[in-house]
Amino acid sequence: MDRADADARIRSLIEPFNKAQVAITDDTTFAGDLEFDSLTVMDFVAAIEDEFDIIISMNQQAEIETFGQLVDAVVTLRG
Amino acid sequence: MTDAVLTPDQPSARAGTGIDLLAKFDPVIQMRASLLDGGQEDPFNLVMERVLSPTRAICNGRDTILLGTYNYMGMTFDPDVIAAGQAAMEEFGTGTTGSRVLNGTYSGHKACEAALRDFYAMDHAMVFSTGYQANLGIISTLAGKGDYVILDIDSHASIWDGCKMGDAEVVPFRHNDVDALEKRLRRVPEGAGKLVVLEGVYSMLGDVAPLREMVAVSKAHGAMVLVDEAHSMGFIGAHGRGVAEEQGVLDQVDFVIGTFSKSVGTIGGFCVSNHPKFEVLRLVCRPYVFTAALPPAVVACSTAAIRKLADGADKRAHLWRNSRRLHEGLRALGFALGTPEAQSAIIAVIMPDLERGAMMWEALLKEGLYVNLARPPATPANMTLLRCSLCADHSDADVDVILGMFRRAGEQVGLLSR
Repeated sequence: MDRADADARIRSLIEPFNKAQVAITDDTTFAGDLEFDSLTVMDFVAAIEDEFDIIISMNQQAEIETFGQLVDAVVTLRG
Repeated sequence: MTDAVLTPDQPSARAGTGIDLLAKFDPVIQMRASLLDGGQEDPFNLVMERVLSPTRAICNGRDTILLGTYNYMGMTFDPDVIAAGQAAMEEFGTGTTGSRVLNGTYSGHKACEAALRDFYAMDHAMVFSTGYQANLGIISTLAGKGDYVILDIDSHASIWDGCKMGDAEVVPFRHNDVDALEKRLRRVPEGAGKLVVLEGVYSMLGDVAPLREMVAVSKAHGAMVLVDEAHSMGFIGAHGRGVAEEQGVLDQVDFVIGTFSKSVGTIGGFCVSNHPKFEVLRLVCRPYVFTAALPPAVVACSTAAIRKLADGADKRAHLWRNSRRLHEGLRALGFALGTPEAQSAIIAVIMPDLERGAMMWEALLKEGLYVNLARPPATPANMTLLRCSLCADHSDADVDVILGMFRRAGEQVGLLSR
């Protein structure tokens, strides 16, 4: 799938979780910049999984630290 | 016991060393220090000086009603259970000093597994040295690299650790959410092995899983199902087999995990199953192979207790009645509880924060009541909980006394208005 399309859709999905209105770039980190705790991660991942009809296992999540890495992972998982 | 156990650690720099590998625990040290600085009695260092019965002990010098044990059926002081253990110790000695697959399987271990097969009416039973090892061993052995474990986000630590050890793909779903489970099952890649891991009773809030729906959805997607019934054995279900029995789906559960450290009143863990190839697990399950087998007295006590649990219908009814009474009484006092009604023998009282939870815990202890203080990360949604778990040996009068203690402690701490 198109990376720009995935980027735009994930950007809108992240909106309700981005409480501090942090500006999102490819280098924005979920744990550091966005301060996601484990419960937020679960809800956010569920939203992404539902949007793209994919599974992002916890093993895969462990490799994803930044917004850009997430977009890349979703593009890969969608094939 | 050394002073080191009783004295809170101090965060400090140690001269002459490289990176201190314990430095990552400084936030925990700080949390504990700030709690104790206020003169708070340490909730995580209670000593039971004497245990008088399943429901009474001398704790930190005080005569105390125990409302925070997992001794649901009061087996720990049962005369028949004690006699069985004493006889086994006399006859077989104090310990096995060996693995179940080498010199550690005595006739008592086989008798214990026979008692479990009878209790659950299942073909196979495997006894582990702890409940933690039962989950760790079975899950890690069933679900390996390339397989998928789909599990509830509020699963017990032993389940998470089993997932990690087995190196399977780990996919959690929102607590007790059947649709969330179904979606994830649907998305597992074609051809991958699937294990769904559920618990009958979730121990933090004492709530029960919708196993009927979850097992049906799992089976429809070709997954194997494992249910941990640690907190329901002996109490829930017509024969005390747990929530899967209560909801009529036990025959579709592939593996039931249980423990001896709750209703059975000893220590140990087990897995029961009807799977025709189950016995091979004894050879390939590392937490079963690479640890010493339970001592003879422990398996003898466990066997006697399991046989008694099978006939425990009257005790079960009494425990249900008192669980409902305590739940209704606490709700009437104005406490926020983890479930809308009593779903198990665990009643979780939700505290506004750790500080007031610890104050309430201490006030209750001074009243003569022990409950569990549970805090993150063990609790869901970062809650602080005072967890009450009843025993079939608590009398009706005990419940009234307990409610009076909660009222006075709640008023003193300011959680209830006078």
